[in-house]
Amino acid sequence: MRVASFWPVSAVLFVGVTAATFFVNEYYVVAGYMVLQGLIMATAWNILGGFTGYVNFGSAGFFALGAYTSVVLYTAIDPPLWVVIPAAAIVCGLLGLGAGYLTLRLRGVYFAIATLALAIVLETLMVNWDYVGGATGAFIITPDVPLFASYNAFLFVIMLALAIGSVGLARYLNHSRIGRGLTAIRDDEVAAECAGVPTLRLKLISTTIMGAMMGIAGSLYPYFVTFVEPLSAFNLIVAVNAIAMPMIGGTSSWIGPVIGALLLGSVQEWTKVNISSELNLLIVGVLLVGFVALAPRGILGLAQDFRARLRGPQKKEQGDDEPAAA
Amino acid sequence: MMSQPLLDVQGLSKHFGGFTALDNVSLHVEPGERFGLIGPNGSGKTTMINCISGALINEAGKVVFQGRDITGLKPHQRTHLGIARSFQLPRPFASMTVLENLCIPLEYATDSRTTMAERRAEGMQILELIGLADKAEEHSGGLTQIDMRKLELARAMAAKPDLLISDEAMAGLSGAEVNEILGRLFTLNERGVGVIMIEHVMKAVMQFSQRIVVLDAGKKIAEGTPDEIVSNPLVEKAYLGE
Repeated sequence: MRVASFWPVSAVLFVGVTAATFFVNEYYVVAGYMVLQGLIMATAWNILGGFTGYVNFGSAGFFALGAYTSVVLYTAIDPPLWVVIPAAAIVCGLLGLGAGYLTLRLRGVYFAIATLALAIVLETLMVNWDYVGGATGAFIITPDVPLFASYNAFLFVIMLALAIGSVGLARYLNHSRIGRGLTAIRDDEVAAECAGVPTLRLKLISTTIMGAMMGIAGSLYPYFVTFVEPLSAFNLIVAVNAIAMPMIGGTSSWIGPVIGALLLGSVQEWTKVNISSELNLLIVGVLLVGFVALAPRGILGLAQDFRARLRGPQKKEQGDDEPAAA
Repeated sequence: MMSQPLLDVQGLSKHFGGFTALDNVSLHVEPGERFGLIGPNGSGKTTMINCISGALINEAGKVVFQGRDITGLKPHQRTHLGIARSFQLPRPFASMTVLENLCIPLEYATDSRTTMAERRAEGMQILELIGLADKAEEHSGGLTQIDMRKLELARAMAAKPDLLISDEAMAGLSGAEVNEILGRLFTLNERGVGVIMIEHVMKAVMQFSQRIVVLDAGKKIAEGTPDEIVSNPLVEKAYLGE
């Protein structure tokens, strides 16, 4: 049932939410955009982190490279968004491919550290590159969009479509031949290779998709904030959210990052307005520590445990019957 | 004996820094043969099977499988060609059930495209053969030691190999359990699979193998039938000293 209904439900959701952008206060569109951005980042992170078992601490680097691809293109020729988004996907996909080759020599915590270093190297490059504004940053002037309530609403609708596409791709991977191979790699890479799984090829697919998806999430960011400088593009919260959202939702399935992003993203946007914009990071931190310590498999894990407990007594009865029957 | 051997290892050498793990070792395994590889700790047995299965690449010499030089091929390519191995320390895919563990090689190690239902059915056949069918839906991370060993063998069999390398599948098991695993290996061998057994449980190797090669300090010191090996003074010296 769930398998068949993903795309119809998404289509209805897309049409409904798009229609809503004409009626609601623009604040909700802006907040919604931030949640969707987190959702794409979390879904991308989880393809490598959750499905394949390689932790990426450098998400902000991929995100910012996507954003700076937009800045470069805007400064050079100001192409339409349907050119900018694929371009960012390609650039960041290539960076992901490069990161994939790192997995040949670096596993576990060493890979994580390398991705962190990758982001810092990229940030240093951007700070010292005058063409994209260097440390002072670059402005982007957004055009009018006649059909939409505002330019932000226009970006929100695109982001919504991209988010649905990203989740759809992650969901497909989760249930595909590739996904089963990735799970084997996550469980035991040596055993997977000996079971016939082409581990390097699958890891490269995984890192490339992750990179491209993060690049896509970053590509619209300059148009959304209209001013990009390295500190905001390589923001710590982007990297932390990309890890925290899947961890809180649950990393084993495509739905985990979606749950985590909607929950954590909404809480953050709510706090930003109602309490303090500085409290954001603290909330993420506390939630992350809480989940890692108390529910390491996230909300999905809690739900599975709860369902298992509900079914528990029945299963035991079945188990008792079997030896008697045999 | 004019047919080509299943596996032909020619003059294999492997160094780790200044340490010579294997020094110009040659051995061959015939199709369907039960072959024993023994030697004291550190003699190079595990290095040898790592070179055969592709986890390590030898510096000198050749590994020829079914007439094809496979030196330099990756492990998954060798699995595809028909070399499967079990691990000394069991390495189950811990997040999967026992049956799902088998579905990975069933899906990846062969060329044929199969449906999930076909793979599960085939996996169940292998589990029945190996005596794990009643645990098919259990999580593989929580199995007992002997069941882990069985799972290792079952997963290797699921790759449909012509050559199965059993790396100390019996270490640490009780006498009855050793006999059980040994029985399973005979069953697999009866289906035409050549088996290389690396083992410290001498009773098992002697009972199982048709031919044995003994390694000591990276060199081949003896080759022959179990009876010849037992009465070989060089072997005695390697194991017990002078």
